[in-house]
Amino acid sequence: MFRNVAELVQLAEENQVKIAEIMIRQEIEVSGLSREEVLAKMDRNLAVMEQAVERGLKGVHSHTGLTGGDAVLLQNYIKSGRALGGTILLDAVSKAVATNEVNAAMGVICATPTAGSAGVVPGTLFAVKEKLNPTRQEMIEFLFTAAAFGFVVANNASISGAAGGCQAEVGSASGMAAAAIVELAGGSPKQAAEAMAITLKNMLGLVCDPVAGLVEVPCVKRNAMGASNAITAADMALAGITSRIPCDEVIHAMFLIGQSMPSALRETAEGGLAATPTGKRLEQEIFGNDKPFKLKDLVLS
Amino acid sequence: MKYRSAFDIIGPVMIGPSSSHTAGAARIGRVARTLFGQLPKKAVISLYGSFAKTYKGHGTDFAIVAGLLDLDTFDERMPKSLDIAKEMGLEVIFRTEMAVTDHPNTVKINLYHEDNELELVGISIGGGTIEITELNSFPLKLSGEHPAILVIHQDRFGIISAVTSVLSKYEINIGHMEVSRLEKGEMALMVIEVDQKIDNRVIEELQQLSNVSQIIRMAE
Repeated sequence: MFRNVAELVQLAEENQVKIAEIMIRQEIEVSGLSREEVLAKMDRNLAVMEQAVERGLKGVHSHTGLTGGDAVLLQNYIKSGRALGGTILLDAVSKAVATNEVNAAMGVICATPTAGSAGVVPGTLFAVKEKLNPTRQEMIEFLFTAAAFGFVVANNASISGAAGGCQAEVGSASGMAAAAIVELAGGSPKQAAEAMAITLKNMLGLVCDPVAGLVEVPCVKRNAMGASNAITAADMALAGITSRIPCDEVIHAMFLIGQSMPSALRETAEGGLAATPTGKRLEQEIFGNDKPFKLKDLVLS
Repeated sequence: MKYRSAFDIIGPVMIGPSSSHTAGAARIGRVARTLFGQLPKKAVISLYGSFAKTYKGHGTDFAIVAGLLDLDTFDERMPKSLDIAKEMGLEVIFRTEMAVTDHPNTVKINLYHEDNELELVGISIGGGTIEITELNSFPLKLSGEHPAILVIHQDRFGIISAVTSVLSKYEINIGHMEVSRLEKGEMALMVIEVDQKIDNRVIEELQQLSNVSQIIRMAE
């Protein structure tokens, strides 16, 4: 069993297999299921992701009306031919947004690694799919590669916004996606780890400050940026660029930053964007006055 | 290691919007329901930390109740669970607590049905993965992801050996086990997570053991 990214890369190199294969072998070992059963289980999760993106691209709106419809706007913009960014990049962004709009609308999604960050991994997969034309098996492997890196982060740091802020959720998801893109595009295990490191470095310190405590603002757009960050970092790693700080040290830095983050910025809806005048007004409009008042509100007034 | 499976990371398949505050909360509710063994008449749900601050936005309230109704994390009836509970005669009371807990996503669930009572504390550690940390005041660590046997027994010598002998006879392998007690010589709790499915015969044989007062089986 691998405990960190260095061991994961070493195992893949020694066995001359993909990182996905190391994760599949470990899953077979831990679960006691057969290879076919393990692959079939991931295939079902992949199908859920496909359905969520499809639903989001048709246009969904949350019950509060705070989010929805942006995936459609972006798809139409790409089709207009006026887009400045690359098509794959924007397609990934729109598909990440589509998934999170479905999530915000309380639809069915697959957490990757969490629900609030569920857009990044499938969004990037279904976008690079258009260029790389992977087989179904390769798409399933993409998810195992992402899982392997997420597994290390979850066990050595955190994937919870309440414990580590958004860097632990969208940050982890973006790193996982970047590593999986590299492997799908034919990069080495080491390049996958570099992509994860480069991505996560650029997500460090990102706080979890959901307006009204809803997984809508800014979560949906954070997934958009997570997806573009992942594709950029994957391209950088594939170009041969490396991270001066090794992946495991970046993950540890993320953990320590999360620990020193004040509670107001860890999914309590008390700080950051949630505490802006507009954030407060939206909370008021959605939930009215029946939220229990807090002692510090009285002190401040 | 807190996370053991690739499907803890890519998964669960669930109703939005939050893996920790919705899916994890639903799982804690469902473990409470399994341990309680029946639909309760009344549930008092106390929310702490981030759960207390954001439960409305994340649907933590309907998710926990969906779990108490034995619904899965991807059951589309989940957002309507508060209405369903009312129809089924389950009274639900929510409390938001100010106390600071070890983990920001903590919930205490008290269930009642005539003489049957249960108190459980659970934490949602991220991505839908949970831990049960307290049961009827006993500290414990239970993920709810593996089949498990909970043995409530008198704190006497030889009981652990008697219980594990039965498991050994049926070739059941123990993955994780812990024993806790409130006071020396009084009531104690054994939590045994196992790799294999647990047959009825095993439960019946464990119930026959002296000084064992209750066996609770938790399927995967």
